Parts: sequence; C-alpha cells; structure tokens
Amino acid sequence: MSALPWLDHLIVLPILLPLLAGALLIPVNHKHHRIKFGCAAVVSVLLWLVAVALLLLVDAEHWPKGIGVYFAANWAAPFGIALMVDRLAALMLVLTATIALAVLVFSAQRWSRVGVHFHSLFLFLLMGLNGAFLTNDLFNLFVFFEVMLAASYGLLLHGYNLNRIRAGMQYIAVNLVASLMFLIGVALIYAASGTLNIPDLAARVPALRPEDAYLLGVGASVLALAFLTKGAMWPLGFWLPGAYSSACPPVAAMLVVMTKVGVYAVLRVWMAVFGDSAGALAGFGFQALIIGGMATLVFGTCGMLASQGGARMAGYGAIVSSGTLLAVIGQSGGAVLAAGLYYLVGATLAMSAFMLLLELTERIRPPGASLLAVTMEAFAINDKPEDPVGVVIPGTLAFLGLGFVACALVISGMPPLSGFVAKFSLFHALLDASPPGQGGVTATTWLLIALVVVAGLAAIIALMRLGVRTFWASGAVTPPSLLASEAAPVTALIVLCVLLTTHAGPTFDYLNRTVAGLTRVADYNERVLGQSPVIRPLPVETTR
Amino acid sequence: MEIVFAIAVGVTFGSGIWLILRPRTFQLITGLLLMSYAVNLFIFGMGRLWVDRPPITPHAAVDPAQFADPLPQGLVLTAIVIGFATTALYLVMMIGARGLTGSDHVDGEEPRE
Repeated sequence: MSALPWLDHLIVLPILLPLLAGALLIPVNHKHHRIKFGCAAVVSVLLWLVAVALLLLVDAEHWPKGIGVYFAANWAAPFGIALMVDRLAALMLVLTATIALAVLVFSAQRWSRVGVHFHSLFLFLLMGLNGAFLTNDLFNLFVFFEVMLAASYGLLLHGYNLNRIRAGMQYIAVNLVASLMFLIGVALIYAASGTLNIPDLAARVPALRPEDAYLLGVGASVLALAFLTKGAMWPLGFWLPGAYSSACPPVAAMLVVMTKVGVYAVLRVWMAVFGDSAGALAGFGFQALIIGGMATLVFGTCGMLASQGGARMAGYGAIVSSGTLLAVIGQSGGAVLAAGLYYLVGATLAMSAFMLLLELTERIRPPGASLLAVTMEAFAINDKPEDPVGVVIPGTLAFLGLGFVACALVISGMPPLSGFVAKFSLFHALLDASPPGQGGVTATTWLLIALVVVAGLAAIIALMRLGVRTFWASGAVTPPSLLASEAAPVTALIVLCVLLTTHAGPTFDYLNRTVAGLTRVADYNERVLGQSPVIRPLPVETTR
Repeated sequence: MEIVFAIAVGVTFGSGIWLILRPRTFQLITGLLLMSYAVNLFIFGMGRLWVDRPPITPHAAVDPAQFADPLPQGLVLTAIVIGFATTALYLVMMIGARGLTGSDHVDGEEPRE
C-alpha cells in the first residue's frame, strides 16, 4: 500500500495550519501588525476553504459512509489518536472558520492593537476549537480543550484592565477546576472500559459487567460536568455573563463559539456512547440534560430581563441558546436534533454578529472611546494606533439600527429570519416526535415548548428596551464613525443568517443527513476501527 | 495498598476543595495544586495498582498480564505538563491582579465590613 491519498491530509490541516502560523507569529514584533494581520488573515481564509472542502467531500461521501478518518502518527485506532471528520464536525468547522474570519477582519483596525500577540492567541484558539471538533479520542479532546482554554485565558485578558483581570481570575479558576473534573471523568471511563476511543467505547459499552457499567456512568457524569461547565448549563454557568461582558468584543464573539464546543462534546459523546445500542446504559443521562437544559433556559431568561448592559444581555442570550440545545439533545430524537442544529448555527452566527455590533453601538454615546482609552493607558502602549479616521459612512445609524433589529429577530426567534424557522421546526419536530395515542404529547414537551416561547418573548422585550435606550433615548446622538472593515464583518454575518433562512430547505436536508449519520453508531465503529494505517514497505537491506 | 492510596487521594483532594473555597488567591492556587496532584494520582491508580511490573513490553511475545498498563502513565505525564502550564499561567494572573487591584482577594477588592 502506498502513501495516503493527499485529500486525506485535509483532515489534519485545520489543526496544523493555525498551530504553525500562530507559532511563527510569536517572534514578530507587534509593531508589524500589518504583517501579523496579513498572515493570520491568509491562514483564516485557508482554514475556511479547507473547512468548506471537507464539508463538500464528506457530504459527497468521498470517504465511505461520509466519515473521513486520519491517524495521527499513523497508529491504528484504538491505540493511536484518530482524527475523524463527519458531517457534524465539518459543519462546526465551517461555522467556526466563518466567525473567525469575521472576527479577524473586525479586529484588524483597532482591537488587535490594544495588546500583544492577539493573532497568535487567536490562531491557537482556532487550533483548539478545530481539534476539539475533529478528535475522536477522549483524552485528546482534553488536550484540545486545554489548548483552546489556554488561548482563551490570554484573549480574555487582551488589552487588560481591572474588569478583565477580575473576570479573568474567576474564569480561569472555574475552568481549571472543570479541567480536573474532565481528567477524573476520563480516568474513570478508562478504568471501566479500558479504552478512550469514542467508537471503541461505544462498542464495548453493551458488554460491560454491571459494576463496570456503574463506574462508567459515574465517569460519564463527571465528564459531563466538565463539558457542561463550558456549555454553561444552569448551576455551572455563572461564570459566563461576567466573562462575556468584560472581554473585548471580538474575543466575546469567539467565546460564543467556545460555549458551543461544550454542547458539541456532549452531543458527540452521548449520541455515540449512550444511544439506543448501549444496552443497559441506553439513554443514560438524557433526562438530566432535559431538566438541566430547561433550568438553564429559565436562568438565562431571567438574566436577560434583569441585565442592563448589552454585553451582559448577550451573555445571558448565549446561556438561553445553550439551554435550548441541551434540552433538545436530551430529547434525542432525529428530527428534533436536526432542528436543534439549525438553531445552533443560526443562533451562533447572530450572537457573534450581535457582540460585534454592540461595540459599534457603544460609540453612539459621546464618551464611547473611554474604555479603549483606559485600556491603552493600562497597557502603556507605545505606538498609539492612528485614530480611526475612516470616512463617516452615510447612514451609519441606519446600518447600526437595521443590524441590531436583524440580530434581535434571530436571537428572539421572530419571523422572518432564521431564528423563527429554527424554533418553528423545533416545535414541529417535538410535537411530531411524541407518539400519538399513548397520552399524546408529554408534559415535559409542553413545558419545554412553553419555556422556549417565553424565552423568546423575554429576549424581544429585553432587546427592545436596549435598542430604545441606545438609539432613541440616548440624548444627543452623534453618528459614530465606522470603518468599512468593522461594518463589513457584521453585515456578512447577518447576510449569512438571511441566507440560512432563504436556503432553509437544503440546510435541513444536510442536517437530516447529519443526524441520520450520527444515529448509525456502528458505522463509526466500522470506519474508525476498520481503517488500516499506511503500511510502508520495510527498507530492503542491501548486501555490500 | 489500595486503601492507603485511596485515603491519600481523598484527603489531598478534600483539602484542595476546602482551599479553593477560601477567599484569598494564594489559598486558591494552593488548593488547585493539591487537587491536580490528587487527580494525577487518581489517573495513575485507574490503570490498577501494580508492584514490580515493567510498563514496556520487550520485543517478544509476552503475557500482557505481567506488565503494567502504560496508558495511564502516558496520560498522567500529559496531565502533569498541562496542569503545570495552566497553574503557572494562573500564578502570573494572580500577581497581575495583586499589582493592579492592590488586594489578594479573589473578587479584586476587600470585602466591606
């Protein structure tokens, strides 16, 4: 057998590219931010292209069953680390790359210059995110989580001031404890099953002895604590609003994606390991996810109504979307999950756009640049970046207002944008999934639907209040000067939300294929464990 | 041996939990350190406890029951490195916060009386 087909190497590129580029950028002095930005931009565009290529390849079944497997260091699974791309992973890669590109362009003129090493940290964060999406090994998942978190600690403190230090202290402490939980969970799962490869684990679960199955349950619960801390489920998510509201806006937009990693990890592990084929452990913990998700919804809704500042409100909005997703995963039905994924994509795009937009609207208020000034002072930056002397785009206020409305529509799930389509299909699937005849729709389902509706209502009230206060009631409104490089990413993200709405049909087709693939657990086992590493011919010993 | 090991891990982890609930950053970081030691020991123990068994097999066909499980040892090594790095990062953060806020309270300000 000869070398690996070159297309297979695409699977490892989303990890390798940002790692190498980020490392290369470290020695470059931050005075050359143009070079740094250029390099990071090229890498981000490449990452986006690779992610889209992977999505197309996976969906076209280039690899059997739509699952591409790549062995790091060429060790066969389950002994080595297997990277795996399927439709879900490819979707998350594209989502991350898209938001990353927008954030990078947004931060080019201003935010990347209030501290050093923004671009390196940003690329390492991308590496961690992509790795977490691609890996198929629990311990490797831990490693990528740590890469992602370490980069996010740095980014959260980027341009540091008192607020960020305070929020950072708590954020880091909470996440360090969560990482320890992750390790305990992984160790317990290894002790119970003897493997950390997810498909291998899924195959072994039905045959476990009762005492080992019990141990596995404990391990999975502790592991879930770590995932759900990242995903901000109710009793574990108190760190989130503080961290979001104090981080600088581009970083907050990336944190929105990071929250979704926790949800993704839960989805990945639970669908594979505790699906219908898991024997005694089938459906383990799904009930807890539903209840926890609904509690999170309530918490996020109350928080949204209670918060004054825009960034804090957005943080609670992220909690609401996490709660909805967790409750949906708990339902574990095929059609419901597809609607949930659609909601995930739309909500993440809108929330990131909202984070970026908020910073622009802050400038309406006269002392808009005060925060930035304080930051620069604290950082004692030598070469002050030139003031943003961009042309005042005619109708900046109209742009800001319309953008705000679009984000609010998606976040609260009002027609006509993607939030409405997502919620509508979610309700439809939930009601459809309930077996007719035997009592009809369960009380839990009704409660979930009611909570999602109430959360939408609360979101629209809170956002409307914020909008009125920002645009109409803020006294002397001076049209802020916007740079095209700051307006364009926000516009692009909102346009994507609109496209997601107009192309809801094809998107749902793709998502249905994704969910159908996820439920065929045996396929993963067959593909990952059945793949053979590249065998090199032994070097022929020549006789002298 | 198991009982001694279990008590050691439990006491270390318990002390860590108590310490991270304290209000000062130094107590917090000491607690985190203790907890990560306990977790490292715990991972090591999850490969089952052996005495006098080498972790690496020689190049011939062998009975795997005669050898210690090398995987938890690999995991522990990785966990130690990562834990060390993140703790060092937190230490820097702590010093920065102490300098900027003038207080070593985790909230960045002294509690009001």
